[in-house]
Amino acid sequence: MLDAIQRHLIEEIADLHTVPEGAYNIRANGKLDSRRTTANIDITSKTDVSGIDIRIKDGTKNESVHIPVVLSESGLKETVYNDFYIGDDCDVVIVAGCGIDNCGVHDSEHDGVHRFFIGKNSRVKYVEKHYGQGDGTGKRILNPVTEAYLEEGAHAEFEMVQIKGVDSTVRTNIAQLKSGASFIVHEALMTHGQQTAKSIYTVEMNGEDSSADVVSRSVARDDAQQEFEACLIGNTLCKGHAECDAIIMDKAKVISVPKLEANSVDAALIHEAAIGKIAGDQLTKLMTLGLTEEQAEEQIISGFLR
Amino acid sequence: MLELQHVSYTVEEDGDNKDILKDVSLTIEDGTFLVVTGPNGGGKSSLAKIIMGVNRVTGGKIFLDGEDITDLSITERAQKGISFAFQTPVVFKGIRVLDLLRMARGKQISIMQACDYLSQVGLCAKDYIEREVNGSLSGGELKRIEIATVLARGTKLSLFDEPEAGIDIWSFQNLIKVFETVRNTVQGSVMVISHQERILSIADKIAVIEDGRVKQFGSRDEVLPGLLGTASAVNAACSRLE
Repeated sequence: MLDAIQRHLIEEIADLHTVPEGAYNIRANGKLDSRRTTANIDITSKTDVSGIDIRIKDGTKNESVHIPVVLSESGLKETVYNDFYIGDDCDVVIVAGCGIDNCGVHDSEHDGVHRFFIGKNSRVKYVEKHYGQGDGTGKRILNPVTEAYLEEGAHAEFEMVQIKGVDSTVRTNIAQLKSGASFIVHEALMTHGQQTAKSIYTVEMNGEDSSADVVSRSVARDDAQQEFEACLIGNTLCKGHAECDAIIMDKAKVISVPKLEANSVDAALIHEAAIGKIAGDQLTKLMTLGLTEEQAEEQIISGFLR
Repeated sequence: MLELQHVSYTVEEDGDNKDILKDVSLTIEDGTFLVVTGPNGGGKSSLAKIIMGVNRVTGGKIFLDGEDITDLSITERAQKGISFAFQTPVVFKGIRVLDLLRMARGKQISIMQACDYLSQVGLCAKDYIEREVNGSLSGGELKRIEIATVLARGTKLSLFDEPEAGIDIWSFQNLIKVFETVRNTVQGSVMVISHQERILSIADKIAVIEDGRVKQFGSRDEVLPGLLGTASAVNAACSRLE
């Protein structure tokens, strides 16, 4: 049974107030808390390493899997391997995420490695939220890895959100696309205090008419440091777009490293990057609506990270 | 009632002081629809920004209902009942039309109520309410959303800085209708900066600002004939509206 702190973490990362519908696997402090499988979605524990296998049958539509992880014990460090085997012609939603509450002096760390094997013509929406809280001096560290392998005609949409409380994060994301596959990423990241965050994307478009759209919106405040690396590789007729848009505040530092690699004359690749402070006229406009400067700033940031 | 007393506004440009507004005194009575006109570069927009607090006076005083607001911030003036529609509407990333209208109203209004404001400015509400207020909207659409935010605020003084600027002729025709509605429905006073005859012809009062000074200020019937050349021109303009 989850305690109150763990329930709060679950609410923050998965918007869950009760047991989720459909399949789920809840992991708390390094152990399985509860699990449910359905006729089409099976979840089994790995035997060699820590983690689970999620198998989704061909043709599974309008079903969801929730696999939240919560850590409320200070000093816990774990690496978890979760593999998703998604059949052909599916349409599913996968909600993952990790919440850490660290009230102690030891660092807590969760490194989740998620691999997605997405079958032909399947559609997958993956939502991953990371959240940290707790007033201990121990750091809250999350280093998620995602690997997505898309078969012909598959479509994956990844929404990755980390808004609060994570001291250090390195996010590594790899995707490989076959013909007609499309991959969309929407990342929203906010760091403050002394936090550091690094996001690395490597998307290989190997099949004709594949496409990728990687969009990162981030806000760096106080003394935070962020780095965004997006590498799009076009090996054939394909379309790729990467965008890194950052609001920088206070004494923060933001680095954006674009990398496009075209190995075919038919690869169309675009990278856009913009880093800047909040525009003065945006603040002025919201202040003319009666908001204070601080309120205007919050509205602009929350809209930007939506 | 808004009162400007001997207002001046000087900026530094290339090391020299440039007087944008010189000893401007003007009163906007409650319920008045005032149109401010005059040549470009004469100080009209600066006047509106001075009233909103976006620009700060370098001399003189501003009173709202007898209270000295000269030293108040933009936020404080907005909270006391001044609204401002920018000549060039500001665009955002991620903020939706609905968000902006809610901020303008100052509370969680329903989608239905928000749609009402959009309908008033001639936008088909359901197409716009969830859209982001960004560069994907046309100049005319942004302009109307800007006006809708001012309508949503419903304050005692609403300022519109050249609502017709930057929009195409088709949008303009609709915009005139919007201002005719504003003229009839807005509680409180309205100040519109405009060069447009059709907006001038629905004014109660007209002020002509030229070279940083109030060159003329009076009722429409007193001022407009001089602007258009002859009194008959006014009649002609008015008859076209009927």
